[in-house]
Amino acid sequence: MANPDPTVVERAEKPTEPLSTAETAPRLTFEVKNLSLWYGEKRAISDVTLDIASNAVTAIIGPSGCGKSTFIRCLNRMHELVPKTRIKGSVLLQGEDLYSSTIDPAIVRRRVGMVFQKSNPFPTMSIGENVVIGLRLNGVRNQKFLNERLETSLRMAALWDEVKDDLHKPGTSLSGGQQQRLCIARALAVQPEVLLMDEPCSALDPIATAKIEELIYELKTQYTIVTVTHNMQQAGRISDYTAFFYLGKLIEFGPTTKIFTNPSERQTEDYITGRFG
Amino acid sequence: MIMYSGRADNHLWRKLKNALASATTFVSAVLVIAPLGLVFFHLLVNGASSVNWDFFTHLPKPVGEPGGGMVNAIIGSLELLALASVIGIPIGVLGGVYLAEYGTARVNWVLRFVADVLNGVPSITWGVVVYGLVVLRFKGFSAYAGGLALGLIMIPLILRTTEEVVLLVPNGYREAALALGVARWKTIVHIVMKTASRGIITGILLALARVGGETAPLLFTAFGNRFWNHNLGEPIAALPLQIFTYAISPYDDWHRQAWAGALVLVTGIFCVNVLVRILTRGRTASVI
Repeated sequence: MANPDPTVVERAEKPTEPLSTAETAPRLTFEVKNLSLWYGEKRAISDVTLDIASNAVTAIIGPSGCGKSTFIRCLNRMHELVPKTRIKGSVLLQGEDLYSSTIDPAIVRRRVGMVFQKSNPFPTMSIGENVVIGLRLNGVRNQKFLNERLETSLRMAALWDEVKDDLHKPGTSLSGGQQQRLCIARALAVQPEVLLMDEPCSALDPIATAKIEELIYELKTQYTIVTVTHNMQQAGRISDYTAFFYLGKLIEFGPTTKIFTNPSERQTEDYITGRFG
Repeated sequence: MIMYSGRADNHLWRKLKNALASATTFVSAVLVIAPLGLVFFHLLVNGASSVNWDFFTHLPKPVGEPGGGMVNAIIGSLELLALASVIGIPIGVLGGVYLAEYGTARVNWVLRFVADVLNGVPSITWGVVVYGLVVLRFKGFSAYAGGLALGLIMIPLILRTTEEVVLLVPNGYREAALALGVARWKTIVHIVMKTASRGIITGILLALARVGGETAPLLFTAFGNRFWNHNLGEPIAALPLQIFTYAISPYDDWHRQAWAGALVLVTGIFCVNVLVRILTRGRTASVI
């Protein structure tokens, strides 16, 4: 089972890690060390070292094809669904190696939830079934617990008030923005520690986008969030840390305010000011 | 600026060619529909008068005695289809899921090729094969042998349709389930197959409709029976087989019964196809 309450999780203190720019050293959820990834012969990620702080939003930005999505998929081993991928380096989640041979990828994914670019509620299921399906298929039978998680998750995803009377309706009957929030609720229902978001707003209109952004801001009090975004204004609005990827390399990483106002690297500045990408 | 090159009557000639093309295609389209109409018309004319309550409730009568029916053949066909389903559905569906979800490119290529070849094997071959494997070994025609022959025909049909509809399920649903920490096999059973269930059922129904009308594979296996079958290890009657026997007989009485049987059989298959249409109408909406 996933951890019952993310706030109770013992988090590894790493005061000497590179994120010392903040006044108080933040607790870390992920420590990525020298991570490289190949799709067959093609190298998609080169030697990325990066720490992701707990209870904060980390945005991954960069032009298309720079390895953003591939990178966050390494954080819950989703990239393994693509045949012929090879990985080098390590990813620690709360100090534990995600790629250790004793760890089942299903367990990793229960701890590290994911929301996708295209909202994908299961078409054969109602709104309610969509939310609790993760728990059900992970063996939870207790109806009372399922009902509790259903309401809590939908409330956390700011969707409860809109759908509480329509829980039996198909998940696909909702609007695009609601469907995406339903997917967030579905991911939250299994009580992960981290939420990965792969361009969660790129298919949504501005109003729906604003709602999701607000939601991300609220969720970070309880979850560590890593989001990929194409939209730099969005990264600026919602994230505490920003990582800029280019051609599979991590060019620059730091607090969002610094990356956007005073980047150290020329390429970062060029990208942020819209000179390329 | 030259808008029309050539003579003025070119325009007329073009119109004529256009009309000719649409007329040809229209006639072809009619020729496609015509056989179905002809078959139904013929069956109705010759068989409708013999389709009555007795036909569905009585056993065949001996030659010369009027009346009688084909109830044993109708029930026998259903029994054979049930036996065939026991073999054909699980192997076909699971094989199709394997092709779509697990198989490597090389294995899939071989499996698909084999399935396509099997789909093209004349159905009488299946009868002969089962005759050699089962009938000779157990020294007798039986419902089991007939069911096996039909089931073997169903496997490649169901396999290919299942594979196709499972591949239609967007990857996003697989990813969504796996990202919840759901095991792969549970994802396939509860998410992928459930999403594709309508298509899978359609494939099964079409395969049943196809083998329901097969006669050749039953000749050396189920053999036929003019009475009730009380033991699946014994010969059993089947509608197409009964039609065959009656149609090649010299008796007018039996000919009429054969027409009636054909009408019932075609109507049954027609109904299955209509059911498939109804099922597939909403499929794209539910899959994508």
